Amino acid sequence: MASSSSGGSGSGSEMQRTAQHRISVIAGHLRRPAEGDVAVRAEECKAPQSRLEASGDGRTVPMKRHEVMKWNGWGYSDSRFLFNKKGQAEFTGKRYKLSGMILPALKDWFEGTFGASLQHKSPATPLLNTSAVQAPTLNQDFVEELKSIGVPFSHEAEDRAFRGHGHCLHEIFALREGKIGRVPDMVVWPNCHNDVEKIVALACKHNVCLIPYGGGTSVSSALECPPEETRSIVSLDTSQMNRILWIDEKNLTAHVEAGIIGQDLERLLNESGYCTGHEPDSMEFSSLGGWVSTRASGMKKNIYGNIEDLVVHIKMVTPQGVIEKSCQGPRMSTGPDIHHFILGSEGTLGVVTEVTMKIRPVPEYQKYGSVVFPNFEQGVACLREVAKQRCAPASIRLMDNEQFMFGHALKPQVSSIFTSFLDGLKKFYITKFKGFDPSRLCVATLLFEGNREKVLQHEKQVYDIAAKFGGLAAGEDNGQRGYMLTFVIAYLRDLGMDYYVIAESFETSVPWDRVLDVCRNVKARVVRECKDKGVQFSPLSSCRVTQTYDAGACVYFYFAFNYRGLSDPVHVYEQVEHAAREEILANGGSLSHHHGVGKLRKEWMRETVSEVGVGMLQSVKDYVDPKNIFGNRNLL
Amino acid sequence: MKASDRDLRGMKDDEFVDILEERRCSSDLGHAFRTFNPQPYKGGPPCSAADLNKALLDSHFLHRVVKEVAMETGSSQEKVMEEAGEILVEMSHNLHLPFIRLMGYTFSKVIKRLFTSIFVNMDGLNTLQQAVQENPVILMPNHRSYVDFLIISYILFTYDIPVPVIAAGVPLAEMKIVGEILRRSGAFFIRRSIGSDKLYWAVLSEYVRGIVRHGFAPVEFYVEGLRSRTLKSLTPKLGMMQMVLEPYFKGEVFDITLVPISISYDRVLEESLLARELLGVPKPKESTAGLLKASRVLQEDYGSMQVNFGQPLSVRKLCEGKINRSYYNLVPRDLPMKPSAEALACVSWLAHVVVGLQERGSLISPWSLMACLLIQEPTTVLAEQGLLWDDLTEKTLWLRKMVLDFGARLNWPGEAPNSAVMSSAISLHRSIVYLKAGRVYLTQEEVPLRRHRISPEEGVFRTAVPVLMLAAYRNQSLHALVRPAMLAMSICITRSTQRDELFRFFCFLQEVFANEFIFIPGNLSQDFEEACLCLNSCGAVYISEQEVRVSEQSSEVITFLQKLLQPFIDSYQLIFRCVCEEEQVQVFTEKQFLAAVRALALKLILSGELHTYETLSSDTQKNVLSALCRLEAVAKLRT
Repeated sequence: MASSSSGGSGSGSEMQRTAQHRISVIAGHLRRPAEGDVAVRAEECKAPQSRLEASGDGRTVPMKRHEVMKWNGWGYSDSRFLFNKKGQAEFTGKRYKLSGMILPALKDWFEGTFGASLQHKSPATPLLNTSAVQAPTLNQDFVEELKSIGVPFSHEAEDRAFRGHGHCLHEIFALREGKIGRVPDMVVWPNCHNDVEKIVALACKHNVCLIPYGGGTSVSSALECPPEETRSIVSLDTSQMNRILWIDEKNLTAHVEAGIIGQDLERLLNESGYCTGHEPDSMEFSSLGGWVSTRASGMKKNIYGNIEDLVVHIKMVTPQGVIEKSCQGPRMSTGPDIHHFILGSEGTLGVVTEVTMKIRPVPEYQKYGSVVFPNFEQGVACLREVAKQRCAPASIRLMDNEQFMFGHALKPQVSSIFTSFLDGLKKFYITKFKGFDPSRLCVATLLFEGNREKVLQHEKQVYDIAAKFGGLAAGEDNGQRGYMLTFVIAYLRDLGMDYYVIAESFETSVPWDRVLDVCRNVKARVVRECKDKGVQFSPLSSCRVTQTYDAGACVYFYFAFNYRGLSDPVHVYEQVEHAAREEILANGGSLSHHHGVGKLRKEWMRETVSEVGVGMLQSVKDYVDPKNIFGNRNLL
Repeated sequence: MKASDRDLRGMKDDEFVDILEERRCSSDLGHAFRTFNPQPYKGGPPCSAADLNKALLDSHFLHRVVKEVAMETGSSQEKVMEEAGEILVEMSHNLHLPFIRLMGYTFSKVIKRLFTSIFVNMDGLNTLQQAVQENPVILMPNHRSYVDFLIISYILFTYDIPVPVIAAGVPLAEMKIVGEILRRSGAFFIRRSIGSDKLYWAVLSEYVRGIVRHGFAPVEFYVEGLRSRTLKSLTPKLGMMQMVLEPYFKGEVFDITLVPISISYDRVLEESLLARELLGVPKPKESTAGLLKASRVLQEDYGSMQVNFGQPLSVRKLCEGKINRSYYNLVPRDLPMKPSAEALACVSWLAHVVVGLQERGSLISPWSLMACLLIQEPTTVLAEQGLLWDDLTEKTLWLRKMVLDFGARLNWPGEAPNSAVMSSAISLHRSIVYLKAGRVYLTQEEVPLRRHRISPEEGVFRTAVPVLMLAAYRNQSLHALVRPAMLAMSICITRSTQRDELFRFFCFLQEVFANEFIFIPGNLSQDFEEACLCLNSCGAVYISEQEVRVSEQSSEVITFLQKLLQPFIDSYQLIFRCVCEEEQVQVFTEKQFLAAVRALALKLILSGELHTYETLSSDTQKNVLSALCRLEAVAKLRT
């Protein structure tokens, strides 16, 4: 872990505050813990991680995705969790800070929490059986004309199967069993806005169904091909539209092609000393266009804003033509903001091709932190106060007791006796001396960003507030592990699925006065539903308050259970998730904070936005896309 | 015990244990000082009574109401707040373990004197012990006697379950010393007539919600509102019920557990007081002096008492599909808000369900069965010629079989021969009937010596006291018989065999008697089905898709059931007649009206036209008036 950039530690030389900081954004969240040292320190332990096979032009995502990514699981093929011969958990590959590390506590946590056993394996089908993929229904005229305009396309089974799903549990579960449902009949790779215009025109001409595909990280069944669709379905993969077209340093904006994925966008901007600061947990794989069309939210929205705050200009190709604004004014009073028809349209109206986004200089200093609270109630009260005083750090998240334990299970092997002694001492101090009940305490993780002096000042302010609610500062290490958890959670789900454990996450946003109620009731509902549905071992049902707003918060839930003994585990899981969503809505939570609606949550749209609201959206769809070319049937 | 014996006892497989048995053979002091270490509610951190009060006074809800009240009355907010504080002081409990111990000690002493045994179902206690850890628990006993008041706390204390806070009337708080002891044993006090006192409502409701929300302790309250003077379940009161349920409706707790508790007595301490009250003698005010004076009741034997803890009910499960909790989504949590019509209906339904379960859970005593039969004899016959003992015992055994067929729960001691059981029941109730030379007679108070003559009216009242007591014990069985009885009545009156026609009449009866008996709203067709099955099970009718046909040998059952309901029919008819006769008046006060009813009933009893004394009961009269209001035959002008 070479320490490279001395520029990070305060002096702020413009030249040095560049790429190296931001290259390791993700790597930073996954980095090795800093040797038990909780003192204030600069960025020296963040080292640029060996880059992926980023080709010369900076493209991370190849056309043939399955060559680097799993076809039936999360992320890169070479990176996965497994239990080695000694029964210890380890993370393979070389991409992440966690790669190659042993996680000694994970096995016990896993077996204890789920009643699972390493003896009972439920391995996935290793290879895609191409004969299980239905033969494509091609629209020959469309194919011919497509050839003539020279846009690359494919109807190979691997390409099509890869684009027929997102990452909902039921989708991955089916793939692991080798079951492939309706998938797109072909995949096209436009290279620029003009290509998209041509493709959409051809699709309209030949009545072909188009489904835009960005990073493929959807968790709302948005990428599933509607089984009732009889036309030829074409997946429009935007991954090759991944350039930053220009950076405007005077206005601090960048004009970017919408197919770029998060990590590339940040890396390329960093090279010029900028960032967008938009870091959704999926940013390794999700695309700019996907963010726009699902109303994505980033971890650091407190400083940079959510996607709707970040976009200045959007260009989208629809069956009726191109929609865009005529200028880049920072705010307009010109009727309802047309951007808001596009934001969250989930691929039902067209393809977002280019976006102008706000950019910021890369911050000079970044620091993690954490606070332990005696119970979740106190923690929420603290977050509420932080929000009230509008002094939230770049990120502040409150994990409940279960998630705190989960995070702890991911502690890599401690390197010295001294560290483990320190850990023991800390635990003693908190549980015995301070009287915290280990089965109730919870932890808030913090991420501060800015110039060094302000960060330290800000940090003090937040810790002072926390102290009023019984919070004790618990070091950078705990904080960082909390963020690591969110980045590796999807890899961990694959591990669970190897041993009869299925898991899913879901989210909501809720006013402050209902946060505790939603957390308590939804968690309890999940437990009760699992029990009622015959799940043998009590499930993991956990939540965190993951974002704060002036008037409320975003709450994120994990639930997982051991499905041994269930004849139809996916159905049980779907019933539980459905019940959990009903519970959220009954308690005043929203249908979604940032995952979107897709097809998974469509049934609740009417009650969510009212009859008239649905009618409004429907009439926009009817005008923009009367032939339902963008026929993924999301949202409405 | 053979299986068949057990069946005839009617206790089913529940393990009823006599908790007095242990008290009789070990030290009461030892019991009072036992280690009390109950498993608490897991849902939240523990808090103290003082924390609760502080949270209430700090609540946004209360501050909003205080502001409103200050605006309306023109006084300052500080003053209104002070007033709220005073209300809270008057209201709040101060649950204190040492006082529970003291209470336990005294209670042990007293109940051992009063009762031969107190039976409690252990499996009910075991499930309760689990339930208190999972969700806030509401204990909902029926209310038949002052003894009810602390018995639950006593039992829970004995079995290591958190002792409840108990809703009580303010008059109890005003008793010297006793009030304070009750307060520290967990009682909190509610004024009887709150009316439209906004501030009081606010403090009370927030207080109750706070206890539920924090899961501070189980909440115990009488959903019937007051002690039933007739030993018959009362139409549930909804105010308190709504307060305890609101935290669930608003999502402030995941679930609430309701535990119906059925307390039944072989003999009720206050039996003659209650009968007199029904006849218009006012109830003595609760006072410590009165309590001491009443200590002579300690000299008597009251048989056994049964406490049956019902299966815990999940409010969440019961409300599924009945409540749209998102109703509260668009307003602040702490905004005082009228519950939706849907919520009110649900509260009422739930309250009825609980009372229904209290009834089903209560154990019918041999004496109550005998009372059903005795009261069907003409009063003069019972008073003068008496009823042949052998007839009575034979019929009682016949009735026992029938109510068991109907699925009722009985408390028929299995150890002794049947005849001994029945004669001991008679001797326990010698204040009502006595056995002489093979005949059973109605007991009548002796005429004071210095008075030579009593007027015929006085004579009626003298007879009415034991008759109303008898009626009260009959009422202990009514819940098991009322549905088949209404069907029997429908059969007799309509003389039809058609299901629809019988059902229509059955519905009519239910509508008329909805204030008299507990029917769960919306349960009409199930009730009718149940009645059919009951009559079918004892061979009184054959049922088919379209018809309910009376069997040949059924006349005994049908006649018995019809006669069971007859006093109610007679009373209702008579009072309806009174209303019709008052027609020219159009407007009358309740007092005038009741006096007129009483006079008419008296006249008709004396002339032999009216056969039931129950028309004289103020409870019946009030029920009829409420029914008339509900049916919109009369309207209340002023309350």
